[in-house]
Amino acid sequence: MATHSQRKGPSDLGFRLGTGIFALFVLALVAAIGLNLVWESRQALVKFGFRFWRTSTWDPVAGEFGALPFIWGTLYSSLLALLLATPISLGIAIFLAELCPRWLRPLLVFLTELLAAIPSVVYGLWAVFVLVPLVRALEAATPAALRNTALFHGPPVGVGMLSAGLILAIMVIPYTSSVAREILKAVPGSQREAAYGLGATRFEAIQRVVHYGRVGIVGAVMLGLGRALGETMAVTMVIGNNAQVSLSLYAPSHTMAAVIANEFAEAADDLHLNALIEIGLVLFLVTLVLNGLSRLLIWRMSRPPSRRVPATTTALAEVTR
Amino acid sequence: MRSRNTILALALGVGLAATGAVAGTTAINGAGATFPYPIYSKWFSEYNKLHPDVQINYQSIGSGGGIRQVTNQTVFFGATDGPMSDEQLQQAPGKILHFPTVLGAVVPIYNLAGVDAELRFPAAVLADIFLGKITKWNDPALAKANPEVKLPDQEINVVHRSDGSGTSYIFCDFLGKVSKEWWAKVGVATAVNWPVGLGGKGNEGVAGLVKQTPGAIGYVELIYALQNKQAYGMVENKDGNYVRASVESVTAAAAAAAAAMPADFRVSITNAPGKDAYPISSFTWLLLYDSPGDKTKAKIMVEFMRWALGEGQKLAPELGYAPLPESVVKLDLEALKKIKL
Repeated sequence: MATHSQRKGPSDLGFRLGTGIFALFVLALVAAIGLNLVWESRQALVKFGFRFWRTSTWDPVAGEFGALPFIWGTLYSSLLALLLATPISLGIAIFLAELCPRWLRPLLVFLTELLAAIPSVVYGLWAVFVLVPLVRALEAATPAALRNTALFHGPPVGVGMLSAGLILAIMVIPYTSSVAREILKAVPGSQREAAYGLGATRFEAIQRVVHYGRVGIVGAVMLGLGRALGETMAVTMVIGNNAQVSLSLYAPSHTMAAVIANEFAEAADDLHLNALIEIGLVLFLVTLVLNGLSRLLIWRMSRPPSRRVPATTTALAEVTR
Repeated sequence: MRSRNTILALALGVGLAATGAVAGTTAINGAGATFPYPIYSKWFSEYNKLHPDVQINYQSIGSGGGIRQVTNQTVFFGATDGPMSDEQLQQAPGKILHFPTVLGAVVPIYNLAGVDAELRFPAAVLADIFLGKITKWNDPALAKANPEVKLPDQEINVVHRSDGSGTSYIFCDFLGKVSKEWWAKVGVATAVNWPVGLGGKGNEGVAGLVKQTPGAIGYVELIYALQNKQAYGMVENKDGNYVRASVESVTAAAAAAAAAMPADFRVSITNAPGKDAYPISSFTWLLLYDSPGDKTKAKIMVEFMRWALGEGQKLAPELGYAPLPESVVKLDLEALKKIKL
């Protein structure tokens, strides 16, 4: 784009400066948020150092704060949500892009995207009244053999990691499926025709299409991960709010966003406040790192292999950037 | 053309009239505890009916939030269930005074299928349940106190507050007094490191979780238990009697404290002596500066407080709050004079 030769007039310079300033503004905003988080949590940073990231005690009375249970809870619930949501979202995207009868498509697209518009608190309320009792019934019905394993250990209370993972998965599905559907739609028809021309079945042709759009689909999954990491209200209503590190899906847990939402308003003690803001900083850094890794993954996947140069793959990567 | 001008003129007129009506109203903002929110909102709306030019707004953001906002002077008055500590008072730009407004009670609620009777909770047993030392409903210590009830062999699911709260403060204050282990291991604050249990957000969150989870036990303010028709138990008081929370038993707990009331009203009345005293009772306080900048608002607040300590107390029982005993009301009215108008 920037390699076109163009006549550079004064309005062009103004345009470039103006849009450049907006872009820089975003960068400055992120930097300002990071710096502010560091500044406001300096008391806790100085007192705890890196101990904050690996200790598990969260004791406002004794002034001992450790973020490990919250980091664990956030990562575990988000990972669980991704594991549950990705196949479903992919299924929805493939169905809507490839298999759906033409008359049904607009309705299903509308309904899927409507899910994204439902507020988080409403999801939380629905989860408390409908999802949690179902999960509790499921937990109570687990056979004893499974119960003794680390993954399914604990009393059947209903609220816990499993409920949180499920509600997060439901919240992530509309985002991932919507972007994945756009990616699949953007795959050129020539790919499908070529596959059919070589004698592929419907399923094999779809496989080709999905393989073609794999970079964008990874991007869609990462978008869902971003939503799951930051989700607060729905999670705090169903996760049990118990700061512990446990492998069990049935155990109540806690997340970084949930502890901030719960304790910030009442934290009168300076150290407690600083510790909470430091949790915000940790969440900020974790999100940055995960997003960075996902960008790296997308970049590596979209690099053209040395043999051929699929210009359209890089174009696709540009679309998802 | 003429009709359009008429409509515009009418709209302008209505707009001006509306601003004229609003201009005379004084709005006073306060924030703080969720515990007394029902009675405060009733008081403010009743007072507004009597004095339409006074609009008092209250945000129930929690006791800690109330203390913080009144210290930062973003609100005119604060409200808290746990009195401010000496360090917190020092951080304020001026001297903050505590005024008790009503009494409230924290009750243990539970969800046990087939058990409709009121359970009796010995003080030490309640502490051990929340410490995680007693894990089953048919534990011998609990069964001994409830001989006529068949307690099931079920796990106790403890529910506590996930957010910081004055209700938690009152409950922990009681547990800290009756259990040395609680005092040493957990402590007393609006937010503590709970040894076991699920966290619910707000009194509503705890009530909801207990209602939904079989075998659950939690603690909420009395009014929430009454409104949610949640079974709540009797607690053993200092004299060894099992008392059910009610307006009378809570006022009895405060009456004992009135005799030894400190000048700044910062006293805890949990585990109060007296055979009918309910042990998990507490004052809730309104926080005001002793020399506020805005004298008009200060005058209005003092007037409101006089009304609340008089007529307002009559509205408390129907909402589940206990009115202050006469002796405390007298001291309170005296203390109001300390505010420099």
